[in-house]
This record gives sequence, C-alpha cells and structure tokens, in this order.
Amino acid sequence: MSDIAQLEQQLLADLAAAPDETALEAVRVAALGRNGSITALLKTLGTLPPEQRKSKGPEINGLKDRVNAALAARREGFKSTALQARLNSESVDVTLPVREAPFESGRVHPISQVIDELTAIFADMGFAIAEGPDIETDDYNFTKLNFPPDHPARDMHDTFFFNPKPDGTRLLLRTHTSPVQVRTMLGQKPPIRVIIPGRTYRNDSDQTHTPMFHQVEGLVIDKGSHLGHLKWILEEFFKAFFEVDKVGMRFRPSFFPFTEPSLEVDIQCRRDKGEIRFGEGDDWMEILGCGMVHPNVLRNCGLDPDVYQGFAWGLGIDRIAMLKYGMPDLRAFFEADVRWLSHYGFRPLDFPTLAGGLS
Amino acid sequence: MKFTLAWLKEHIETDCSLGELAGKLTMIGLEVERIDDKGKLLAPFVVARVIDARPHPNADRLRVCMVDTGDGKPIQVVCGAPNARAGMKGVFVPPGAFIPGKNMTLAVGTIRGVESRGMLVSEFELQISDNHEGIIDLPEDAPVGANYAHWAGLDDATIEINLTPNRGDCTGVHGIARDLAAADMGRFNDPAIKPVKGEFPAPVKVTLDFGATPSLCPAFGLRLIRGVKNGPSPEWLQRRLIAIGLRPINALVDITNFVTYDRGRPLHVFDAGKVQGNLTVRRGRSNETLLALDGKTYTLDDSMCVIADAAGVESLAGIMGGEKTGCSEATTDVLIESALWEPANIAHTSRKLGIHSDASYRFERGVDPAFMVPGLELATRMVLDLCGGTPSQISVAGDAQPPERIIDFPLSEFKRLSGLSLPLPEMRGILERLGFFVAGHGERIKIAVPSWRADVQGKADIVEEVVRIAGVDRVPSTPFPRGETPRKPVLTPIQLRTRKAKRALAARNLVEAVTWSFIDKKPAALFGGGKPELALANPVAADLSDMRPSLIPGLIAAAQNNADRGFADVGLFEVGQIFRGDRPADQLTAAAGVRRALAKPSGLGRHWSKRDGEVDAFDAKADAVAVLIAAGAPPQALQIAPGGPPWFHPGRSGTIQIGPQNILGHFGELHPSVLEALKADGPLVAFEVILERIPEPKSRATRAKAALDLSPLQPVRRDFAFVVERGAKAADVVRAAAGVDRKLITSVNVFDLYEGPGIEPGKKSIAIEVTLQPRERTMTDAEIEALAAKIVAEVGRRTGGVLRA
Repeated sequence: MSDIAQLEQQLLADLAAAPDETALEAVRVAALGRNGSITALLKTLGTLPPEQRKSKGPEINGLKDRVNAALAARREGFKSTALQARLNSESVDVTLPVREAPFESGRVHPISQVIDELTAIFADMGFAIAEGPDIETDDYNFTKLNFPPDHPARDMHDTFFFNPKPDGTRLLLRTHTSPVQVRTMLGQKPPIRVIIPGRTYRNDSDQTHTPMFHQVEGLVIDKGSHLGHLKWILEEFFKAFFEVDKVGMRFRPSFFPFTEPSLEVDIQCRRDKGEIRFGEGDDWMEILGCGMVHPNVLRNCGLDPDVYQGFAWGLGIDRIAMLKYGMPDLRAFFEADVRWLSHYGFRPLDFPTLAGGLS
Repeated sequence: MKFTLAWLKEHIETDCSLGELAGKLTMIGLEVERIDDKGKLLAPFVVARVIDARPHPNADRLRVCMVDTGDGKPIQVVCGAPNARAGMKGVFVPPGAFIPGKNMTLAVGTIRGVESRGMLVSEFELQISDNHEGIIDLPEDAPVGANYAHWAGLDDATIEINLTPNRGDCTGVHGIARDLAAADMGRFNDPAIKPVKGEFPAPVKVTLDFGATPSLCPAFGLRLIRGVKNGPSPEWLQRRLIAIGLRPINALVDITNFVTYDRGRPLHVFDAGKVQGNLTVRRGRSNETLLALDGKTYTLDDSMCVIADAAGVESLAGIMGGEKTGCSEATTDVLIESALWEPANIAHTSRKLGIHSDASYRFERGVDPAFMVPGLELATRMVLDLCGGTPSQISVAGDAQPPERIIDFPLSEFKRLSGLSLPLPEMRGILERLGFFVAGHGERIKIAVPSWRADVQGKADIVEEVVRIAGVDRVPSTPFPRGETPRKPVLTPIQLRTRKAKRALAARNLVEAVTWSFIDKKPAALFGGGKPELALANPVAADLSDMRPSLIPGLIAAAQNNADRGFADVGLFEVGQIFRGDRPADQLTAAAGVRRALAKPSGLGRHWSKRDGEVDAFDAKADAVAVLIAAGAPPQALQIAPGGPPWFHPGRSGTIQIGPQNILGHFGELHPSVLEALKADGPLVAFEVILERIPEPKSRATRAKAALDLSPLQPVRRDFAFVVERGAKAADVVRAAAGVDRKLITSVNVFDLYEGPGIEPGKKSIAIEVTLQPRERTMTDAEIEALAAKIVAEVGRRTGGVLRA
C-alpha cells in the first residue's frame, strides 16, 4: 500500500470517528490546513520531476477531493442529526381545541335574515325598499287609509297611544306598515313599486301575538296594475321564499278599509307532526291580506283614482319566518335567549342571494 | 256571527250540503270560522230499549243489560248508571264510535269478566248538557233504532262566520242567505213582510231632542201592544237561541233577539207599565247613570245617546236597555222600539263604556234604514203569535228613508281593477241577485245600491261585489314584468348601513337580539330618555312603558337574563330604532352591543391558550369602530375622546366623533351604579353608535379604484420609547410623531406600554414604531437621524414626553 493510500485510509477513518463538529474540524485542519498532511503532499508536487508529477498530481488531488467529499458528507450527517434531535424535542398537542372563528359563533336574527330574503326577491322584481317612523299620527295610520273615526275597523287594531298633546291630537305606535304607503305616495310620483318592512305594534299579548311584531307591506301604483298582477307577484314571491316549485294559493274576498276589492290569501299546506310543508296537502293557512288600493286612499294621497290604480299587500315577517324555519313560538323571537338565537339564527356569511339560494 | 243550518234554510231553498254552503261562504268573503256539526258527530247514537238488566256477577254497582237497537239482535252492554233498568228507553252507541264527552273512541270491552259491546250514554257524554247523573231516559214514544239526534232535534249544525266590519247586512241570517243565493247556491226566500194593522193610536209620544247639537238618531219607530201574556218562548225559538249561544229569557225578549239575528235588526222592548209619560231621545247628561240589563250601572255623558222618560234615562240607545223598564213575565203592555242610530256614535259609546252587545255590534256596522219599520212589523207579528195582545199604530219620529245611491259605472272599470273579463249579463245577474238595480246596456251603466249596503259607495265597491261572487279564483294570474325599471341598487344608505352593521357584528361573534322598542321608565330615564312625550298612554305592561332612548338597557337586561339561566359569557347586539323625541326625525337607527364576563372578541369563555379573560373597554371600542367602518365610516376620520355619557364608567369609556360636532357613538364599561340600578352584574362593556351620523361618502363617477402607488424602496422602521405623564394620551404621542412628516411617515404603531420599576412613579412609557417610506431614493443614515430627532422633539413639545433612557 502506498503512503497516499495509507493516508487516505487514515483520514477517512478519522473523519468517521469524529464525534462532533469540533473533532471534525480538527481532522480537517490536520489534513487540509496550512500544515495539514494533504497540504504537505500538494507542496511536494512542485519539487517532483514532470513525469512523476503527472502521475502523482491526480493521485494527491484525488485524495484531496475524496477527503473533502467525506468531510461534507460527515458535516451533513451532523446537521441532519442535530435537526432530527431538535424536531424530536419540538412537538405540540395538536388535539388541543382552537378558538371558534368569530363568524362561526356570531348570529344574525331570523327576522334580519328574512328581511334580507324579501329584499333579494323583490329587488329582483324591480321593487325598492321604503321605510317610515314607528311613531305615527292618527291621520297616517288610520284616517288617510280610509279608517273613519270611530269605525269598528279601528277596533281590529289594538292601538298603543301616546298622551294627548295640548291641541288634543295624540300620536300612536303604528299598528301596521301601511302608513308608509301614504308617505310613499305623498313623497313620490307613480310608477311606484316598493316593499316596506318594519316594526309594528298592537296592544295584544298571547302565544301567537306579541305587542311588537314585524310586517312587510308591498305597494304598486301605476296606470294598469290589477288583481291578476297581484296574484302573480304573490305566487312568485311564495315560490321563491319557501324555495318550492309550486305553491297552492287561495284568494278569498275580505275587508280592509284601505283596499277595495280586498282579499285574504291562504296557502296550501300539509301539517305533519308539527312540521309544515307547502305546495302539498289539503290544509289552508291564512297568510296575508291584500287588495286594490282604495280610491279614497289614492285621493287622500293626491292621486286621481280614475288615472292611477294599484295594489298593496301586507304580511307578518315573524310569521313567515316561523313557517319557513319552524320556530314554534312567536314570543321567543324577542326573548334574546342565546340558546334560541344560536339555534334559529343565521351565520353572518350566509347572505341570502337569489343566485346562491336564500337559505 | 253565528247561526244554524236549519235557520239558514228558512231563508234559502237549497240542495247544497253543509260543506258546500260553508265552502262557498268562505269564498265569497263570509269566512267560516267554525262549524259545529252535531248531526254528524251524533250520527252513531241511536234510540234503544233496554230489554233486560241483571246484576253484574262480579260487581255490585254494575248491571248487564241486553239492548234492542231495532234490528232484532239484542246487544250485551255492561252499564254502571244507577237508572239503568229493564224496559227503559235510552241512547245506545256501538263500538267504533267517538264519544264527544269522553274524547275517546269506544271499543269492545270486558268489564269485570263480562263482555260489553257498546254503551248507553248520558247527556254529558253526548256534550248536550252537563248532566252526567245517569244515562239518558227517553219517553216511551221514542222510536227504537232511530237516529237520536235527529229525533230529538239536536242535529242542526251551527255555523260561525268571522264577519268583516263592512258587512252590516250579514249580521242577520237573511242577508247571509242573500249572498249565498247570489252565488248560485239556491233560491233566496224573501217574501214581503205584511204590516200589522194598528188598532188604536200610539199613546206614547217620542221626541228627538238634540237641541243645537248634531242628531244622533235619524229615526225612531215605536209601537205599543196591550194585553200580552209573556212567558217562556216556544221550544223551537229557545232551541235556536241556545244553539247560537244565547240564553232564552222570556218570549218578548227572545223575539227581539231572534229578529236581531234573523234580520240584523236590533229591537228593544220596554215594559209599558213601567215607562212614565212620553219618551225623549237625547244626549246623556253628565253624572246621569243607568242601571242596565246586564246588572251594571253606567255613568253617562253628553257624547252618548239615551232614551229617557219622565223619570229619567231608561235605555242606552242602540246598545242596552235599562233594568227598570225591562220586560218580565209580569209584563202585560209592551213598547217595541225599532230605531236608527249614528254608527260612529254607537261605536264610540260602546267603546267608552266597554259594552259590546248584539245591538251595538249591528248598529256600529250600520243597519238597513229601510227595514226599520218592516222589522217592527215582523216583531209585532211574532208577539201577537206568541203572546197575543192588541197593537197600536206605529209612531215614527225622524226620517228612516235612506238616501238614494246611484253609481255611474263604466263597464271597463271591472277589467281595469280585477284583470278579469266578464260578460255584462253575468255581472248584471250577480248585482241583481245581491239586490242592486242595474239600468243601461252601453259602455256605462247605472247601478242603484240597495238600502242595506251602506258599505257600497263607489265603482271599486261594485268591482268587489262582482268579483267576490263570480269567484276570485277566476281572475287569471298575470305576469308582472319589470318593464323599464333599471337594475339599480334599491337600498337606501341607512338600509345598507343597517344590513352591513348586522353582518359585521355577527362576524365579531356577537349574537343579534331583537328587544322591545319600549322599556321600563327607570332604565329609559337612566339612559337619557323617559320624556313625557315618549311614554305610552296604554302600555301592555308597566315595565314596557317608554320608548327606548338607547338599545343598551334592553341588551343589558337580555344579557342578565342569559346569565341568570347559566350563560354568563354572552355577547349580544341589536341594530334598531331608538327614540329621542316623537317626531320622525327623532327616530334614529342605532347599532349597539354588550359583552359580558368572558365574552371576548377572540372567543367566549376560558381557553387554555391564555388568550381569554374578562371583557374590557377595548373590546367594546373594537366592536364600535368595526361596525362604524363596516357601515361606511371613514377610518382615518374617526377620533376618540375620553369619557362618555353618564351611564358609562367615567374613566373607562370613550366617545367616537368626527370633529367636535358629530358624535357617532360611545363605548366602554357601564357605570357601576347604572348596573346596580338595572340589577345587572358585570363585568359588562357596551357600545352604541348611530348609523345616521356616518357621513355620506362622496359620490364617485367611476367604480375604478385610485391608482396604486408602490415604492420600489424598502421602508425603514425606527422604534422610540417615550416616558410621559400617566394621564397622557397615546393618541397625542402618535399624532405628534405622525405629524412630523406626513409624506414620509406612513404609520405610527404603539407596540408597548409600561409602568413599573425603571419608570418614575406617576409616569408611563409608550413605545412606538414609526415606519418611513422613502419614495425617490434611499435615505442616508444622517437623514434618518435628523428625522428621528425631529420626532423626539415634536413628541416632547406636544406631550412632554422624553425619550426613555
């Protein structure tokens, strides 16, 4: 065995035996440092005759390369061992629970969700959204809507009143959203297409009545809208709202002071173990009142009933929310019980759209 | 309005079934609310004879009866009734039948070892009376095997309709029959009422005396019948009244009730022997009282109409008679009153006194003025038939003649409003069957309205009459195109803000509540409300008396209710109306929220991560700022000032404003004494912002966003720590630093706050990170140092802060 081969064997053995980076560095310096064994060999090359240099050169450089490679491999080994050791020491219990995303636990009240659903449906049909104050005058809530003073129709509304003013007039809490019809007709020229969602109040309290509730009213005024259009709009609305392909509806003549003719609408349903299905069954459920706007109301709002005509309808938002989403008791809507709100409420990112579905 | 099927059939000849009639009533606007079909319910119950009744072998109180139900095959029945005996006739029901009084379906049973194949029933079990003393004991002539209800006349169905207030004419069975006949359900039976000849002049004079005030009595008819014999009315009449829930009194009173329900014509009978002198119809006088037929005494005033004799008020006109002159079995001379009253006045009086009688129900809806005298004739005929006597002539004060109402009706109006085309003959037929008179054949016809239809005033009413009888289902559903309506956003700014606010707050883990718009006076006053003009005159409950000035008290109460139920860590919000006054402009839209206990924005309750803890003012601040920005407020413009309204903790609350004038809202911890007054416990923080106060954004010509300006150069960041007075505001330090070079300094961020060892007592250290964004060239160290020196100087000048050593 040549000296070089012997040296290589020795160096590779030293590298392999080096226990850590420091020892490895000592081996490297001993071989490749300024006074290292390989460095010394390289220095001898210059003193050799050319033909010997030709054979010795590659031999010594080959030694250097192999030692360097072994050195690098050994370094890599140390690094990966160190990393492994670090990784072995670094672990977390990933089964620990993380915080729920805030938008997962927050809720939008069913009434808000249903108002957004109504808005999506009617905006698509070209309706705007109108609003008005909760505290109203007797004139807007009743008289302009063709409720004569002391007429028994006023008894149908259990009205909340404020105390009389010095001039004898007294304000009230609107008993329906219909005063906004008056405000709309007085405030803008036909054609008018609006829906009017809002809070309404009647002095009544039992399982199906709360002193405060929500209504949505629709109003169309132009020069040609008739009962047939009203029927179509309501049919389209209920199909869209209840997300069914068909809905059976029954229009019955009725009476409201502010519409003539007046109709009540029942929708076909099947009641089964506390669940209600629409578009099937042979039960009828009263769901809304509607009719052609009474000529007196048009006149009271400055419109000529021989020129302008139109229709209006009103229904309970809380009620259709209950029907669609199955809440059994109206009173719970206003009790702010977080268990109820979390169960029946909607996640904030579940925004109703016609494109993506209302619910 | 309640009536029976047999009663209805006296006014309409029809082959239609109860179901068909009821269905049609609903579809022509006389909505059937309830049908009590006793005939159907009691169909399985038959008259039977007890052939044999032996003691039960295993029970002393029971008998084993053999019952003959008419088919010759005796049936064994075990019976516990004390009156069960051989030879009696009773009412039998077989297994499989429903027993109304027990609310169960009968099955074949074995009672103490003996089989029982049916039941002998009591009146209670049939729900025809409360009598459950024993089984029904029928007279000997009862036919075995017959349908018991039919034989006993108990099979008349009762129908109740939910009458709308416009249909005074349908407060009588006669009017209901007319509507049904108009809808082709049968032939209307409407014979003329024959007048009864008066035998002598009316002895009691009636004066309508309203002085200078408007008359409350258009007409008053009166007749005396002498020598009547009053007593119980005949069985058919009693049964009819009982069927609709009235109590038979005596023949004279029962006749008035009958005519009221039969014709919608209320009457009143006075015992003529108790009436002193002549009658005056006039306004009540203050402090006059009347002991009415319901046994209560009412105090009257001059808004009410009364009938008085020489002794004083004897009757509350159109509402209820007086006890003193009421008819009893001893009555021999009777005065029958048939009058017209002002509907609005009757409604007003009955509401004021809280009396809702069958008479006021009809008068406030309007009775047929043309039927005032015929109604009196009809009643006279019945009195003569049932009680005998000699009638006087009728005296009438005032004028019962209704004004003629003729409507000029263009035929096109019908289709214009209904969307339905009907041929004239069909329209004419409907109107004529309803009692209208139609003249003309051209494009415009004249329609005379019958006297009983005061509700029909104009063309639209005629359209309704025709369409409701023709059938609303015939109106074709007609597509309603959008037309030219452009697809523009339809929500107003406040509507958009409202919906964004709700979603933003829910996305911050708050749960939306909807609480009452009215709250108790005490919390209302604590939160700046409680004004007299916002207090309800008739609240539904004492603690729901005042319009809310703020959403926070309702939310605090709701949070406390949840805590009391065991859910302490709650975060609630509401977006809704608050009231600062009673004008429309005083109603504002607020977004408010409360967080209680451990309901942090990062999550509710305790958490191993240590990122939990009690809610603090900064949680409320974060909610408030987030909702404002979500609703469109410009973030840079929002300024925070310390302190808030008195319901907040003075040192731990803040006000959000844009400039000194525009206060957008408040946030912070609630004042401890306010919480105490509301009986709520904390920790509890809240915020409330007013959505109307957010400035309108400038309208933009294009939707394109401003060009993005990115610097190619690296930003430079420098940290500074300033020691300032403890009361100094971080915002002032930030503003001072940022103001040094508004172009170069792009952000100033507070990253540390320290008080304690190393810092002089009464002072604190605020550390800020200032980001510099060079635009054109890299800054030199000298430039950066110069700017840093300016920052230190400016912060020192504005806040007294010195660089921390």
